[in-house]
Amino acid sequence: MSAFSAIGEGKEIDRNDYTPGLEPQATWCPGCGDFGVLKALKGAAAELGKSPDEMLLVTGIGCSGKLNSYFESYGFHTIHGRSLPVARAAKLANPGLQVVAAGGDGDGYGIGGNHFMHSARENHDMTYIVFNNEIFGLTKGQTSPTSPMGHKSKTQPHGSAKQPLRPLSLSLTSGASYIARTAAVNPNQAKDIIVEAMEHDGFSHVDFLTQCPTWNKDARQYVPYVDIQDSEDYEFDNTDRREAAEMMHETEDALHEGTVLTGRYYVDSDRPSYQQEKQQIGEMPEEPLAERYFDDSYEWERSYDNFLDKHK
Amino acid sequence: MTNDELIWRIAGGSGDGIASTSQNFAKALMRSGLNVFTHRHYPSRIRGGHTYTEIRASADPVKSRGDGYNFLLALGDSFARNPQQNAYYGNEEIKPLSENLDELREGGVIIYDSGLLDASEIEDFDERVEENDWHVYDLDLRTMAREHGREVMRNTAGVGATCALAGIDLEWIEELMTDAMPEKILEPNLEILHEAYEMVESEYDVDAHDVKIPEGEHDEEQVLMSGSDAIAYGAIDEGCRFIAGYPMTPWTEVFTIMSQNLPELGGISEQVEDEIAAAALALGASHAGVKAMSGSSGGGFALMSEPLGLAEMTETPVVLIEAMRAGPSTGMPTKPEQGDLEHVLYTSQGDSHRIVFAPGTVAEAYTQTRKAFQIAYEYQIPSIVLYDQKLGGELVNVPASHFDEEPNPSLGSTLTEAEIADAPHDDSGKFSRFSYDTPEDNGVAPRSIPGQKGGRFLATGNEHMPEGHISEDPENRVFQMNKRMRKLEAIREELDGEVVNNSEYGEEDAQYGFLTFGSQQGTVEEAVDRLNEDGHSVKMLGVSEMAPYPVEQVSEFIESVDEVLVVEMNASAQFRGLTQKEVGRYGDKLSSLLKYNGNPFEPQDIVEGFEVNIVENDDHPHTRTKYVPAAGD
Ligand SMILES: Cc1ncc(C[n+]2csc(CCOP(=O)(O)OP(=O)(O)O)c2C)c(N)n1
Ligand code: SF4
Repeated sequence: MSAFSAIGEGKEIDRNDYTPGLEPQATWCPGCGDFGVLKALKGAAAELGKSPDEMLLVTGIGCSGKLNSYFESYGFHTIHGRSLPVARAAKLANPGLQVVAAGGDGDGYGIGGNHFMHSARENHDMTYIVFNNEIFGLTKGQTSPTSPMGHKSKTQPHGSAKQPLRPLSLSLTSGASYIARTAAVNPNQAKDIIVEAMEHDGFSHVDFLTQCPTWNKDARQYVPYVDIQDSEDYEFDNTDRREAAEMMHETEDALHEGTVLTGRYYVDSDRPSYQQEKQQIGEMPEEPLAERYFDDSYEWERSYDNFLDKHK
Repeated sequence: MTNDELIWRIAGGSGDGIASTSQNFAKALMRSGLNVFTHRHYPSRIRGGHTYTEIRASADPVKSRGDGYNFLLALGDSFARNPQQNAYYGNEEIKPLSENLDELREGGVIIYDSGLLDASEIEDFDERVEENDWHVYDLDLRTMAREHGREVMRNTAGVGATCALAGIDLEWIEELMTDAMPEKILEPNLEILHEAYEMVESEYDVDAHDVKIPEGEHDEEQVLMSGSDAIAYGAIDEGCRFIAGYPMTPWTEVFTIMSQNLPELGGISEQVEDEIAAAALALGASHAGVKAMSGSSGGGFALMSEPLGLAEMTETPVVLIEAMRAGPSTGMPTKPEQGDLEHVLYTSQGDSHRIVFAPGTVAEAYTQTRKAFQIAYEYQIPSIVLYDQKLGGELVNVPASHFDEEPNPSLGSTLTEAEIADAPHDDSGKFSRFSYDTPEDNGVAPRSIPGQKGGRFLATGNEHMPEGHISEDPENRVFQMNKRMRKLEAIREELDGEVVNNSEYGEEDAQYGFLTFGSQQGTVEEAVDRLNEDGHSVKMLGVSEMAPYPVEQVSEFIESVDEVLVVEMNASAQFRGLTQKEVGRYGDKLSSLLKYNGNPFEPQDIVEGFEVNIVENDDHPHTRTKYVPAAGD
């Protein structure tokens, strides 16, 4: 029997199962977009029938990183920008876990940019949700990598001279196999997208537009959004890389002009995940590695029997 | 210094096969029954540039490279020439001969490849030969190799000639070549080996000198191992099946050995984007229930500082390997130093703690790596194996039985689902993983692993409550802090009961003591023997536990002698500083012997250092003797 019996339990799960009994020390401001992510994630987990004990939620640092305090599951609240490498390894160690990583735009696209690029490139089977509020929330409103050009903050008093980073395009060129953008102001779409992302076999990246009413009052996330999948104006094939790329550029331009487009931008269901690739070339065991440590009948190999001959 | 030893130096250019030839030669000598010790000297360059390896072989135990050497095989640097540009890289062409003469002992033997090296380019060569009574054999090894179709076989020709001159039975070499070489290249290599041997035997007087191979016998089977091998095998035997890393000299060796072996054992190796990621992956894998490691050298380890602290705060077991090289910054990539001690002890913010082992020998590298895993997983704390480029790269013979130990796949203090069900939970169903009550009162609360039913908790780098929720409550803070610190006392107690770690050497009632750590241990032991033979009265303590520090054992050692000379390879006496900080007294009893020119101590350095500091300098016991970098180093 598996030592991890919570995995695949498949019982009826209610969104309230993901609500901690303890009142977390209140850290999110009233009206914060982060509540929208929480709601969508709870809804998605319940819809997928995942038990809180089979989910591992790995976060970075920021207001976004506090998601763990509000969401009941196994959690690892790591350090600024480093949720992805922790999450990746946990999934490699035990592919049975439902692994979700989350962080802010500063966390994920700034300090953790390198990990984002490489996790997408490797196509790890996991979901990455970035709370994109175009600002550093927790450290009180400094300019972030997604803040628009000219954005003024205490550390950029003359306005930012930098172009904002384009998370969707970056994700695509890096190699993510599922890329979507959604917004806290649309909980239904957000939930559906997170369900798909969690079901997707590969690296699924969700750029989640969240408002920060405390530090970023003029952000465009308040503007009514357009769901591109519902709108006839934006028909394109989201399984085609080039069409997806063009659409992403259009979306990223439009955001800075005041139109918020959301939806699924790229879905590649054919590409094997990193775990599968690694198994193919013989660099990863078929059975979850973590199970082995609980299997009393497993015969552990040792150096004396395996490697010493070549030193004799 | 015993004359009953062969110290063979093979010199040439990087990329010319010096390393593999010397490794095989060392193994052949080991198989013939001798004890061997190899020392590598190489530049931070991939191809070309002067490099050498020394093999010391004796029937007696060998613990260091020794002082100087008595047999030089100078092969020439094929990369010193650049035919396209008709250019030479400075005067490096002759280096394999010219650079090595200073340390060649009186009466020593030189074979040089006259096909590549021209002794007449070296000023005073003949005078020096005369003065030192060297025996010189100029053999055109290059032409001989070319005639056999492959110039790289100059090495084999040189080995054949060495065997003839040193009286080494060819059988040992043949057997080894047969084991190690693919059939296609075996035949011509065997031919050239014999041809060189016979040519030297018939055309030269092989008895003109008295540098001869000693005879020895092992009473049990030996294996030729480097410190890097021993660390990797120690990890594997402790059930480590996950490694994440990023290359950096000299840590790369451990990373490579693990990566080459783990997939066959059903494990996982990940080369990732940087060292922050590497350490974070090791944490992620460990959190999910796998024995995991990462590691690096100075600069890469600096990047691991934050994940290291996270491991302590979240009580996630992990083993990190730190391979020191000369710093600061990128320093001297291929040169040993022990300058990262403080870096490893104190990096990361807050009152953070880690366990640090610094093995002194290849054999200890194996046992202490195993111990590092045991402590990490039992006590849920990061532990570090600190070693240096010297220990990582040196090949020595170790009894094979040393590795004949049972594997230990235990994950340490974890719970089964049944045990979790009986443990306290909060209202939401979260398991009190960071509970105040620890069963053994040693600060350790057993953990659950993600996917276990009923075990969910939050691991966070912020201060947290028993179930993991972030908290700045003052009372909880003090509780959690004390709980984490309690582990250190328990670990200290556990280590005090072990005999494997800190090694004492010499007469128990000696008058003076040496204190050293890490790779210098063997060299100091040899110096202790020599000093005692010369009528001094000295002993040594090689400390392997850097944190928690063995205060009691070191205090007793210091108390038992009049003065202590602390030997370490860095410029700021970091180990002496640590000792003084930890034992809190005896400051006036300790003085330092420091070397930081990129080369490790040799026994003679320590003998001289003892004479300068202790014998001649009685009034100033705290002076530091420093070894000034030699020109060209
Ligand atoms: C290495 C490091 N640098 C800086 C910080 C301080 N810090 C904490 S959160 C944060 C920014 C968070 O911004 P973002 O990721 O956009 O998340 P938000 O708070 O907006 O959700 C920073 C700079 C830190 N914790 N660690
Ligand atoms: S500061 Fe902004 S991002 Fe942070 S909780 Fe408040 S509203 Fe949300």
